[in-house]
Amino acid sequence: MDALMIGTIIKILIILAIVSAIAGFGTYIERKVLAFMQRRLGPMHVGPYGLLQIVADGIKLFTKEDIIPQNANKFIFSLAPTITAATAFIAMAALPLFPTFTIPDSLPLIGGAIVPSIVADINIGILFILGVMASGLYGPLLAGMAQANKWGIIGSARTAVQFLSYEVVTGLSVLAPIMLVGSLSLIDFNDAQTGGIGSWLIWQQPVAFILFLIAGFAETNRTPFDLLEHEAEIISGYVTEYSGLRWGMFFIGEYTNMVTISIIAAVVFCGGYNDLWFISGWLLFILKVVFFFFLMLWVRAAWPHVRPDQMMWLCWKVLMPLAVVNILITGIVVML
Amino acid sequence: MAHIEEHKETQSIQKEKQNYVMLDFGKTPEYGLPAFIQVVRRSLSIELLKGLGVTFREMINALFRGKMHTTKYPFEKLPIAPRYRAIHEMLRLLESGHYRCIGCGLCEKICISNCIAMETKYDENQRKEVSEYTINFGRCIFCGYCAEVCPELAIVHGGRYETASEQRAGFSLFEDMLTPIDKLKEQKEFAGFGSISSNADENIKKTPLAY
Repeated sequence: MDALMIGTIIKILIILAIVSAIAGFGTYIERKVLAFMQRRLGPMHVGPYGLLQIVADGIKLFTKEDIIPQNANKFIFSLAPTITAATAFIAMAALPLFPTFTIPDSLPLIGGAIVPSIVADINIGILFILGVMASGLYGPLLAGMAQANKWGIIGSARTAVQFLSYEVVTGLSVLAPIMLVGSLSLIDFNDAQTGGIGSWLIWQQPVAFILFLIAGFAETNRTPFDLLEHEAEIISGYVTEYSGLRWGMFFIGEYTNMVTISIIAAVVFCGGYNDLWFISGWLLFILKVVFFFFLMLWVRAAWPHVRPDQMMWLCWKVLMPLAVVNILITGIVVML
Repeated sequence: MAHIEEHKETQSIQKEKQNYVMLDFGKTPEYGLPAFIQVVRRSLSIELLKGLGVTFREMINALFRGKMHTTKYPFEKLPIAPRYRAIHEMLRLLESGHYRCIGCGLCEKICISNCIAMETKYDENQRKEVSEYTINFGRCIFCGYCAEVCPELAIVHGGRYETASEQRAGFSLFEDMLTPIDKLKEQKEFAGFGSISSNADENIKKTPLAY
């Protein structure tokens, strides 16, 4: 095993630990933000300002009885949450999470090593991420079909319809920036936007940015489009029969996907982790990701759901033509 | 038959009188281009952003301008109206500290759910003494007749509405309901039926005079 391999494994472990902690913490943040926007206090009693609420929730989820329904396909039923969580974390592999940094010399053994903060800078980065996130649809799909529950079946049908359609929009909307940058690697996206705010791709591709955000909301199953588990219509959709830790894994997967979409939006459209004026890149990058994460919670507090037919109409009749037109115009401009 | 005819007539008159006005939402576009224009107009107008603005403003209001709505209930309590009929209280005479009840038995008589049980005897001064007084709160319907009929304002309804108890006899003995002798100074007189609550001013909102 050479040094690169060991370094990669260490990076994987750190990212796994931090991101799953963030995903848990995201539930707390979401409850707090939603509460403030409705002028409530949110969780307050476990720890200071309810900060230990996630620990309490974790203990509850771990110790809860794990129920598998009688007529469910047991193997697929227990496999499905793993697919959601695993694909969400695999997608993280090609994401830059931090600027490249050097470990200070004062540390023994590893001092002075240059660390690129990405697990694998593969040259098809964004394609890989979108592909893995798209394969994450097998989680809800199989979960809904395996649990022998009518709400689950409807939920999984909606999963297939929603994720597949919005995958088209995500792909097409990211295609225009890819044409401008000429690379699929997210590092190259970052390096193409080094020249301050004016060089951010959001100014050249505003339509693509908005399309990507909308499609991102749909793919992470966030509120205007959270038809998969629309509780007023289909109880909880594909998670109806799940309880305990398996249910928690779906949640970790969802929040990890939210982080992923936030990072892609920050890197592809909003200048990545480049320094700006006096603000150092890593701080700015975290702020950008936090903003996009907050936007998802904000939208959940403000906007109502759409109907499934409205969602399909929006996808195929509005967003996809817009994305295609955007690509055409970008292509013409690039050629000229 | 006549009254049915009459009823029908008044109904038809009412129907004519009802003056519904259709709101003018404009025509619903039925085919391609106008529908597309409507979509574009609705997407480009800032209605969605206004919704975001409202929630953000409420968050700022709640966090920084002290407009949080939550009452942390078991720790904070909202004042309740004096007319509220919760667990009874037996009051004392302010001068002597003796309980006010004269053992007349009117409350026992008027109680419509038969939940008051009292026993009295004459003490050495030939004065009625209450030797036992209980209210079965499993039966009490909190109608307030006992408080209304009491000639001495001895039994009134208090504001103690948290009535979960480990025993069936909780709150229901005479000593439990009687004002503790050391809290005699804090004993509040019954404000009377229909009296307003202590925070009534806060709850009043000014309605606009002009529309």
